[in-house]
Amino acid sequence: MIELAEVVFRWPGQRKPCLAIERFHLAPAERVFLHGPSGSGKSTLLNLIGGVMRPAQGRIVVLGQDLAALRARRRDRFRADHIGFIFQQFNLLPWLSVLDNVLLACRFSSRRRERAGNARAAAERLLASLDMAPSLWRRPAAELSVGQQQRVAAARALIGRPEILIADEPTSALDAERQLAFIDLLLSEARATEAALLFVSHDLRLARHFDRIVEMQAINRMAGEADR
Amino acid sequence: MKALFALAFKSAWARRFLLTITLVAIALATSLLLAIERVRLDARTSFTQAVSGVDLVVGARGGALELMLNAVFHAGGSSHTIRWDSFEAWRRHPAVAWAVPVSLGDAYRGFPVVGTTPDYFRHLHHGDKKPLTFAAGRSFAGDLDSVFEAVVGHTVASQLGLRTGERITLSHGMTELSPLHADKPFTIVGILAPTGTPMDRAVFVSLEAISAIHLDWVAGAPTPGLSIPAELVRKFDLAPKTITAFYLGLHQRADVFRLQRAIHSYVQEPLLAVLPGVALDELWSLLTQVETTLLTLSALVVVVGLAGLSATMLASLESRRRELAILRSLGAGAPEILLLLATEGMIVTAAGILAGLVLLALALIPLAPLAHGYGIHLSWRPPAASEWMILGAIFLSGILSSLVPGLRALRMTLVDGLTPRS
Repeated sequence: MIELAEVVFRWPGQRKPCLAIERFHLAPAERVFLHGPSGSGKSTLLNLIGGVMRPAQGRIVVLGQDLAALRARRRDRFRADHIGFIFQQFNLLPWLSVLDNVLLACRFSSRRRERAGNARAAAERLLASLDMAPSLWRRPAAELSVGQQQRVAAARALIGRPEILIADEPTSALDAERQLAFIDLLLSEARATEAALLFVSHDLRLARHFDRIVEMQAINRMAGEADR
Repeated sequence: MKALFALAFKSAWARRFLLTITLVAIALATSLLLAIERVRLDARTSFTQAVSGVDLVVGARGGALELMLNAVFHAGGSSHTIRWDSFEAWRRHPAVAWAVPVSLGDAYRGFPVVGTTPDYFRHLHHGDKKPLTFAAGRSFAGDLDSVFEAVVGHTVASQLGLRTGERITLSHGMTELSPLHADKPFTIVGILAPTGTPMDRAVFVSLEAISAIHLDWVAGAPTPGLSIPAELVRKFDLAPKTITAFYLGLHQRADVFRLQRAIHSYVQEPLLAVLPGVALDELWSLLTQVETTLLTLSALVVVVGLAGLSATMLASLESRRRELAILRSLGAGAPEILLLLATEGMIVTAAGILAGLVLLALALIPLAPLAHGYGIHLSWRPPAASEWMILGAIFLSGILSSLVPGLRALRMTLVDGLTPRS
């Protein structure tokens, strides 16, 4: 699903790489907990997998596609088609309605639009199964609580059934109780769409819900140098 | 593409208060530029239409422009007069089809009084060779039995609320404070239909009437102790001795230069014959520099407005880092980011231009009567070709100035990737 080999990344104008990963992989439908403190290169790794940044060396293969072989346009399209992202906070465009925020994923990817079938119905189904009351669907995203916003972000990442879900500290803005509820929802939805899940967190207490734990320091030889 | 437009619009709408200020700046700049261009265009049309059908304007020797301004546009001080004999001599020239004398210098409540003959209404045209017509009444008779008859232009009638049959008192000189010819009131017998030329602002009387109201006047003031009642003026010789200028229409336009040379070499009196079109061209070339300066200044105002657009959008980028990163994660690339910003610039500029057109239309309401005072016929109409070019240039410049924040946004998203440091 995701294969990294001998990947080195350095910021433009810097000689020393901030990321050097010999090997990393994610199997189909696998749920991996990626653990590491800030500064360990997590964000950079996600940018590389998403095709937003390019490595100086090495191979990144996602779904059998070597990202280095794709031009910027195609990498953007590839990301839109196959990867759903959830970030720590402020995932939504505050001036769009909840429903439009979810549908945004389909606006940039015709593949996900087709896989969603009736996009609007799919969005509504996802929101409902993520415990979002229908009365909230047409509200601007800015009016939601943080927990609600994260669930809307999850719905957007899931719509059109992308093969890969990447969640970057999605629960760190939530209190402990809501963290568990959110992870439960995310895992069950990921299972339903058979998506692989790469869950990034610094909070090891959450790790027990996942198939495998990967320590960022263990795979990045440059860990601790600089996160970005 | 449509989705991106909707996104750009909703994003801009969320920041509408800041963008509205920019929009207003663009609207004001647009309306200023358009107003100047419109006055320029309409002044030319109005001036050109005012001399439709006149082949030569003849007056005392002096500046051609001065003669035109005075004799056709009733503007500027009264120039020297010419003798009636000269008019009589040239009206009989075989090349001349018609000749109309004019005598200026009096006014009615600020509107110029034109002493002339009833031929004026037969031979003068306006616009695209349209004859003069009466909205009400008829021409003054021009005979001795009805000396105190007057015809008023459309603006005079509408602004002062005059109707046929009413009596008016002329004043000597063009200012409101000039002494009045109070003892000899005129009866309005006709009101001209609107022409869009200086004729709209004129009061027309016969040359004999001009003589009559000045019978007891010497050197521009009533003679003390001498007052000749209106009933008695017929007993005096009212035949005009001098006039300000006369208009000539020729049988053959081709004769115009030959006749002009002949008039210039008239030995009895130094005369000046002017081809209205040539004199107007002279006027335009004088005004070109002023016009260019005005247009350049207002173009700079537009540039300032668009720089404001650039600055506003640049300033908002910092708070939009999240928005751009979200769009990046959803698959937006460099073209989409650039297009998003350019679309925002386009929306604000287009709205600014529209608002500018509305402003212009609103500004024309009080401006048109004001300009009418100078013989310029301003009206609301769809933009002319040159105005469309101005609008197009503003629109394109608006999109171009949004590329500055656009490129900045691109750099930002490259550095930020999916997770901006905000």
